Amino acid sequence: MCTTCGCEGNGNEIKMTVFGEEKKLTIQNHEHNHNHSHGHHHHSHEHSYEINLETNILNQNNLLAERNRGYFEAKNIFAINMMSSPGSGKTTLLEKTIKDLKDKFQLYVIEGDQQTMNDAERIGKAGAPVIQVNTGNGCHLDANMINKAIKKLEVKDNSIIFIENVGNLVCPALFDLGEAKRIVIMSVTEGEDKPIKYPTIFEDADICIINKTDLLPYLSYDVELAKKYALRVNHHLKFIEVSATTGEGMEKWYDELKALIK
Amino acid sequence: MHEMSIVVSIVEIAESEAKKNNAKKITKLELDIGTVSGIELDALNFAFESIKNETMLKNAQIKINKIKAKSKCEDCNYEFNVEDVYSLCPKCNSYKTTIIHGKEMKVKSILID
Repeated sequence: MCTTCGCEGNGNEIKMTVFGEEKKLTIQNHEHNHNHSHGHHHHSHEHSYEINLETNILNQNNLLAERNRGYFEAKNIFAINMMSSPGSGKTTLLEKTIKDLKDKFQLYVIEGDQQTMNDAERIGKAGAPVIQVNTGNGCHLDANMINKAIKKLEVKDNSIIFIENVGNLVCPALFDLGEAKRIVIMSVTEGEDKPIKYPTIFEDADICIINKTDLLPYLSYDVELAKKYALRVNHHLKFIEVSATTGEGMEKWYDELKALIK
Repeated sequence: MHEMSIVVSIVEIAESEAKKNNAKKITKLELDIGTVSGIELDALNFAFESIKNETMLKNAQIKINKIKAKSKCEDCNYEFNVEDVYSLCPKCNSYKTTIIHGKEMKVKSILID
């Protein structure tokens, strides 16, 4: 059984597909070494003994994330990890951003979803080179997937890369991808208390985008209350209110983005 | 459930070290997990139980040291125990608090045979 996802296969199969290209790249996200020593016994240790490790559990991921970070820095690529629950409007926000900024900046997108090419198709049509990472049963992107994806995508120097994480307000938070900034997106159709229900993802974010503000007249959502909850989790958080559908507030997001990459 | 990825990482760290020392099996695994680390212990145990038979940790005793979370207020410098990451400072009611303990996630030690 695969130890990544519990499937019967030999490892969780991660599929990567560049929009516009037919060839697919499949990677095994974890190396499954089953090097049992058959007929080769060591009798040197008669007694059991303790080894002190003090090793961070996510050490391997964090090391790879730092390699990605070095790659991004050397090529002057600004990487943004975008996280939210499913349906908060991450892809719509990116579509609009690409349409408005593609003439000014070189933009790339890594799309993380368990299945389908749907989001990559939307981003591709909006006009940015995009690679779809299908995580299979995986609930988050990790540094290894990003490492493979950026090479496959052939990202040019002096560009911005948006990493749209798998829609999930829990798991992506723990996995450093090598990004420069983290953005959490929350939409006004969700509860105001999302930040304290799922605090981990808000804790390490730099910016919180509150999306779908065009729907506020029809909802009882209290924006100030949501911000108050989010600030209790992370008092360094900056907020930007937008409607990616109507375009309201998007200029503020672009100003913030331009300030970030300077 | 990211705990499965976490367990796979734990097993990789423990097995790699055990193999370096020519061990036949790992009899004990000790972890430090902070109470606000984002790791759910029930899910961790469940994930561990479902894969351990295929690893060198098959019969290992698992000891998890729960590291209690502590927060510090940036306004009044008061340090206090917390059970979540959004508690206000009990002294001055400020929300400008920072977690100083409780985010740990470490493989502390292994006992090998």
